Amino acid sequence: MCLAIPALIKSIEDKEAEAEMGGITRRISLWLTPEAKIGDYVLVHTGYAINILDQKEAEETLSLLEQIAGLAEEES
Amino acid sequence: MEEVLEDKILLAHGSGGKLSHELVERSFVKALANPLLAKLDDSAVFDFSGRLAFTTDSYVVSPIFFPGGDIGKLAVCGTVNDLAMSGARPLYLSLSFIIEEGLPQSELNQIVNSIQKAAREAGVEIVTGDTKVVHKGSADKLFVNTAGVGIIPEGVDISGDKARPGDRVILSGTIGDHGIAVLSQREGLSFFTRLESDCAPLGDLVAEMLNASPNIHCLRDPTRGGLATSLNELAKQSKVSIRIEEEKIPVREEVMAACEMLGLDPLYVANEGKLVAIVLAEDADKVLTAMRENNYGKRAAIIGEVRAENPGRVVMKTCLGASRIVDMLVGDLLPRIC
Amino acid sequence: MEFCGGHTVTIFRYGIRQVLPPTINMVSGPGCPICVTANADLDKALALSQVPDVIIATFGDMLKVPGSRSSLQQVRADGADVRTVYSTMDALKIAEDNPTKSVVFLGIGFETTAPTIAASILQAEEKEIRNYYVLPLHKLCPPVLRAILDSGEVKLQGLICPGHVSAIIGSHPWDFIARDYGIPCVVCGFEPLDILQGVDMLVAQIENGESRVEIAYRRGVRPEGNQQALKLMAQVFEPCPAHWRGIGEVPDSGLKLGRRYQHFDAELAFNINPGPTYEHVGCVCGDILRGVKTPADCPLFGKACTPQYPVGPCMVSSEGSCSAYYLYGGGLGG
Repeated sequence: MCLAIPALIKSIEDKEAEAEMGGITRRISLWLTPEAKIGDYVLVHTGYAINILDQKEAEETLSLLEQIAGLAEEES
Repeated sequence: MEEVLEDKILLAHGSGGKLSHELVERSFVKALANPLLAKLDDSAVFDFSGRLAFTTDSYVVSPIFFPGGDIGKLAVCGTVNDLAMSGARPLYLSLSFIIEEGLPQSELNQIVNSIQKAAREAGVEIVTGDTKVVHKGSADKLFVNTAGVGIIPEGVDISGDKARPGDRVILSGTIGDHGIAVLSQREGLSFFTRLESDCAPLGDLVAEMLNASPNIHCLRDPTRGGLATSLNELAKQSKVSIRIEEEKIPVREEVMAACEMLGLDPLYVANEGKLVAIVLAEDADKVLTAMRENNYGKRAAIIGEVRAENPGRVVMKTCLGASRIVDMLVGDLLPRIC
Repeated sequence: MEFCGGHTVTIFRYGIRQVLPPTINMVSGPGCPICVTANADLDKALALSQVPDVIIATFGDMLKVPGSRSSLQQVRADGADVRTVYSTMDALKIAEDNPTKSVVFLGIGFETTAPTIAASILQAEEKEIRNYYVLPLHKLCPPVLRAILDSGEVKLQGLICPGHVSAIIGSHPWDFIARDYGIPCVVCGFEPLDILQGVDMLVAQIENGESRVEIAYRRGVRPEGNQQALKLMAQVFEPCPAHWRGIGEVPDSGLKLGRRYQHFDAELAFNINPGPTYEHVGCVCGDILRGVKTPADCPLFGKACTPQYPVGPCMVSSEGSCSAYYLYGGGLGG
């Protein structure tokens, strides 16, 4: 069980956070990871952060995702 | 008193009487100004010579406003693109509105403005139309139906059954933008993205492609069902197989992220400003160059080729180098957790 | 065996079987929570959808699964209020926005999802949201793996353990597999390279005659798991027996609401009569889920049962073996 992707915490309010993943932003819950801080990478499953990732390990995942995303250039 | 009531569209606006005429004059004729429409006859009459392309479509998108467009822009571009996919130069559109009573006048005005802008960019005129207003609950705010005609230039014969083994498959740009932009607005799935719908008229792009080569065999715009469905349709119609390469298909980072999050495959997500072309191999590079010079083809790429074996099948070489079948979309595209 | 449906999808979607040497045979396990939800349980959800003023909030995966007589998609077409959500956060919001209705969230999933439902119940309690309910259909993975291994039906040399379930429960709950059954285990991530790395690590253990639990998915999984998530689960839920489609009843493999939170239980709050349960004749989803048969062995596969007209959940669920096989081309040797 399965779909969880890494996201970067941009801001925290109470037990929720704004997290960014691959250019999209979503409000997520920190009920399962109350120790998460701004700047942490977390694994997000159905809107909840289920684990805090090691930054180095997270960047590795994101670059794997980007490889699969095809052309590297992105229009802004 | 009457001023206040006119802020919303009422059933009376669709009944054919004075309010109807006012609505048509004020909201439609003025904004979409052209001589044929202004006559307000029951039908628009015009001359033409040559082969005609004729299409019809209905638009029921919800929400009616989404990042990068609205149902009006979608209606014009969608119809224009259907004509362009036959190689035609789009000329005239009809436009019918089925309005749910209570729709704010300001929203209708905004949509008509969108239609006017899109029609102008596409070089088409809205020459005839119809308006009905239905009870609350009978239409999801607004449904739009269109029909369109265009002229096919001499010597152009594009059709879904003309793909031949050896042809190259060219995609005009990134996939999944429209579907994800619309999904981001849906209740229960909300996320914020700067991503906008790719809704755009492709008539000029197609004209430039036809200038570059007379050997464009097929054109298709991958709307509902996405690229995968369109390629399957072409493979079946032409009785060939199509082989594409995952690494060559352009996908925006945000679309990839949203698809990962929701469990969707970008191959099946709708596009409203893209086309896939099947072109004779020797002309593929020329057509590609022409596409990249157009605003709507900047990220065009050759993504695969047509083969003879396994007719009707679409196969994709994955980023790992293995192969898998790409089938048509079955049912709805649903977000999933697993 | 790869247990988790998400791994099954990755394997088929990227054609991993084709790049593996022919000496390695991958068999799929029952790690698809949709596929293992029994008809009787789905019938309860369908019955709840018929209660006046009830809004069913569900993950999209469940919409098309056929129960004994109908599906959520069909009852929605008939007028029931069924809404797909991405998160329990969205379901809670629907409850807040519709105070005169009752929102019933269908609690499916394994240990990755159960803590999020537990958190939603605690949030509902904190915010005094009184119209939010859950139908608890969660299942736990380690007990069912023990049941499968005990049945002796399938001979495994290695196990790819679910990645995100392990993010919650850690790697220790899998120790019994290596210790008691001598089967090497690797906890893997979901990218195709993760799976290949996992297979490589399993082969290394097999060749060295070892059997232990290793974590390949180090960026997402710690051996002790997520203690906070486990704490919330223990606070809200209690283990109970659960019925797994094709496997039968497995003790302590399900979760029910603990006494303190029973007022959130939809089955207790609403008087429903799901009606008699029917299983679809000819469907061998059960055997496929246990790894005993492949989709190609099913008499209905590709004929009466297709993604367009599915008979069993393994074809409906996007991570069911039959669906993966059909969509991604088992026929290509992948």
